Amino acid sequence: MEVGILAYGGYIPQSRLQRSEIANAHTWFNPGLKGLAKGERAMANWDEDSVTMAVEAARDCLTELDREQISAVYMASTSFPFMDRQNAGIVADALNLNSSLQTLDFASSQRAGSAGLATALQVAKGGSGPILYTTAEKRSTKAASPLELTSGDGAAAFLVGQGKVIARLLGSHTEAVDFVDHFRGEGEAYDYSWEERWIRDEGYLKIVPAAVEALLSKSGVAAEDITTFCFPVAARGVAAMLAKKIGLPESAVADNLQANCGETGTAHSMVMLAHALENSKPGDKILVASFGQGSDALLFEVTEEIKSLPPRKGVSGYLARRYAETNYNKFLAFHDLINLERGIRAETDKKTGLTTLYRNKGMTQAMIGGKCSKCGTAQFPKSNMCVNENCGEIGTQEDYSFAERISKVNSFTADRLTYSPDPPAYYGMIQFEEGGRLMSDFTDISPETDIKVGMPMRMMFRVKDYDNKRGFRRYFWKATPADASNKGE
Amino acid sequence: MAAGIKDKVAILGMGCSRFGERWNDNAEDLMIEAYVEALADAGIEKSSIDAAWFGTGIEEEHVGKSAVPLSMALRLPNIPVTRVENYCASGSEAFRGAVYAVASGACDIALALGVEKLKDTGYGGLPQRNRGSVNDLFWANASAPGSFAQLASAYSAKHGVNKDDMKRAMAHISVKSHDNGSRNPKAHLRNKINEEKVMNAPMIAEPLGLFDCCGVSDGSACAIVTTPEIAKSLGKKDLVTVKAMQLSASNGTEAQHNSWDGSHFVTTRAAANRAYKEAGISKPRDQISLFEVHDCFSITEFVTMEDLFISEEGNAVNDVMNGFYDADGKIPCQIDGGLKCFGHPIGASGLRMIYEMYLQMQGRAGERQRQDEPVFGMTHNLGGFPHQNVCSITIVGKEGA
Repeated sequence: MEVGILAYGGYIPQSRLQRSEIANAHTWFNPGLKGLAKGERAMANWDEDSVTMAVEAARDCLTELDREQISAVYMASTSFPFMDRQNAGIVADALNLNSSLQTLDFASSQRAGSAGLATALQVAKGGSGPILYTTAEKRSTKAASPLELTSGDGAAAFLVGQGKVIARLLGSHTEAVDFVDHFRGEGEAYDYSWEERWIRDEGYLKIVPAAVEALLSKSGVAAEDITTFCFPVAARGVAAMLAKKIGLPESAVADNLQANCGETGTAHSMVMLAHALENSKPGDKILVASFGQGSDALLFEVTEEIKSLPPRKGVSGYLARRYAETNYNKFLAFHDLINLERGIRAETDKKTGLTTLYRNKGMTQAMIGGKCSKCGTAQFPKSNMCVNENCGEIGTQEDYSFAERISKVNSFTADRLTYSPDPPAYYGMIQFEEGGRLMSDFTDISPETDIKVGMPMRMMFRVKDYDNKRGFRRYFWKATPADASNKGE
Repeated sequence: MAAGIKDKVAILGMGCSRFGERWNDNAEDLMIEAYVEALADAGIEKSSIDAAWFGTGIEEEHVGKSAVPLSMALRLPNIPVTRVENYCASGSEAFRGAVYAVASGACDIALALGVEKLKDTGYGGLPQRNRGSVNDLFWANASAPGSFAQLASAYSAKHGVNKDDMKRAMAHISVKSHDNGSRNPKAHLRNKINEEKVMNAPMIAEPLGLFDCCGVSDGSACAIVTTPEIAKSLGKKDLVTVKAMQLSASNGTEAQHNSWDGSHFVTTRAAANRAYKEAGISKPRDQISLFEVHDCFSITEFVTMEDLFISEEGNAVNDVMNGFYDADGKIPCQIDGGLKCFGHPIGASGLRMIYEMYLQMQGRAGERQRQDEPVFGMTHNLGGFPHQNVCSITIVGKEGA
């Protein structure tokens, strides 16, 4: 039975840092950065990491789809928030999936993003339930490095399996070559890179054609029949050079989103694949190739099923949900690249009791509240006595998930007193349409957002607090204007 | 219904420290300052005190836990001493403990003392702190001003009052309190301000600017209570007695149930209804002579005018702007300067308010003495957040009124 992609999703953070602002700050030191100063790069909010972005992409991917049958959750990244605590497991938890699930992280290479998908497709051939595959990157880069300009933050997700595939896998091939163009050793925060011209000539232009040509030959598809070629590398013109060398049509070369997003690290081949699927039609042949200690090449053919996939935001929808950030200092502060005076209020210990967290995991990570089986009142958090003053029944609370529900603002403020990494801290009382409410943190409130009482909000999975003393972080859900994130729908 | 507390307990003496940035004093020094005044006012010996209640809120910033700090500071002779904490109502709770002890007959004379030493944090505003291990997992990153500020957005939306009219009424509240505070030697902030200054101050939590927020200070206040009979036997005349003491705590309805619109205090309304009934007051707008409310923020005072059923719902803007609550208005509110000028040493505030009512009833309020003879004085504390809080209301008055 054929395997392929059942659904796709994307996520790009709302803020787009203007590259000219980065260049303005650093060309005194490195005038060469001027050449990279065009366009904008996606910039994760302070409360986003690769896990939260993967969750958003996964939610997008699962729009109007059943989550019950999912048999595995995989995640790929080179910027996982946890080195030892399964990151895919956090994603699965946030999606409120049941625990009868295989979870796995893919890491350590810019090829992890494509390798994860290739592996998921292999596993799916075995006939398990659909596999949710996510990949996300929030790359740490040194100030004034070219990578700081060319990178962007983002995520993609795919539901992979058998049955009504929207894109069937025609074949895949991997070339594994320990070509070290850059590396990040144990305990190091940043990449160490070698000369770009060598990487292009000996790396991209030799290793990638080997993988693609092997794939085409295996799958019996002619190079000139490829509709879309996704190659994620930011370096200018490389994808076109590869296309020419392999014999792919010039028109097949896909936009690498360098102008409006930046290269989302190991996730980028998958972000480009999701983007390609958004713009595809049945019969299209999409070739994806990656680069990182070798090259993965995967070939898909889009099917008629893509027409019946429920609409989603996708990469395009999230690219449209955009705020142009012109303050490079904010980026530096978010990434701890400057020693910002955060004030004594920032010293509050954010220690999380792991017993406390585990006991309340459903509440914090999946946003499960309660619903009274006697009177039907929904409440958050769940507690064993109904909040309805006319009910008050004990022991009638059933699990009730709030994460996907729309709420409205009842009251709000912008607080400049409390410590926030991005002041002012916005928060307010939100009221869910079907019952339940919460004094909730807001997130992604840009200077262009005009918050009003009655405004519809949706929930997003975010970092609640960083415990810098112990290297932990806790997650919870925050409210964000629903309209702004619905553009792709 | 229970008979209530009315006229069962009289205030024998009170004291109040100077409030402010008491850089060179420990909490114990402030306690002694309030106590010495109260004891002298009561005209009794320490040995006559049968029991004591100690109110303080954020004890980890100063004295630490338990009632021992009070007992040690005042060298109390191993009598029962109880520490109470109930957010910003902690001082009023200490008073309630002492009053109930006397009313029950368990004590002849009881003492209540509240203190807070907040100015050891290294920054302005209330201490930033954790909220409890489970709450920290999901509570919004809310400060006090940010929580109370939201009353304004919900109130404006409900009553169709535009932002500018709200902001100006809130400004009037702060200007009025500063006028009053300027006449009070024990207040922390004694400067007069004007509406323009309030309106243009830096934003703290929208729409609350700097002057919409009360100060943060160190202070202590103390009350000694007994029965009216004992007070008279000690030679006291024109007694000020307790008419009502009510407390109301949120049960999660505001925080978790969609029946609350965010524009008012559920607890204040519940406590006020019971307090008026306990005091035998049927028309508060006509009968209350003076009151001190929990003006932690101008917006809190604003909505409280309605929640105490003095202003009609939706009409606070008019009353405020017409000067109804000014020192020379119909019912002065915060005639001593309020939290606005005293700041809010949490454990002390409730007792500081009662202290002012007590002075006014006795004609001892000096430059700020109300000329129409006060009969009923009311105090109000609101601790926590609009969506989950405790509200305490105390009414004192002339004996027999």
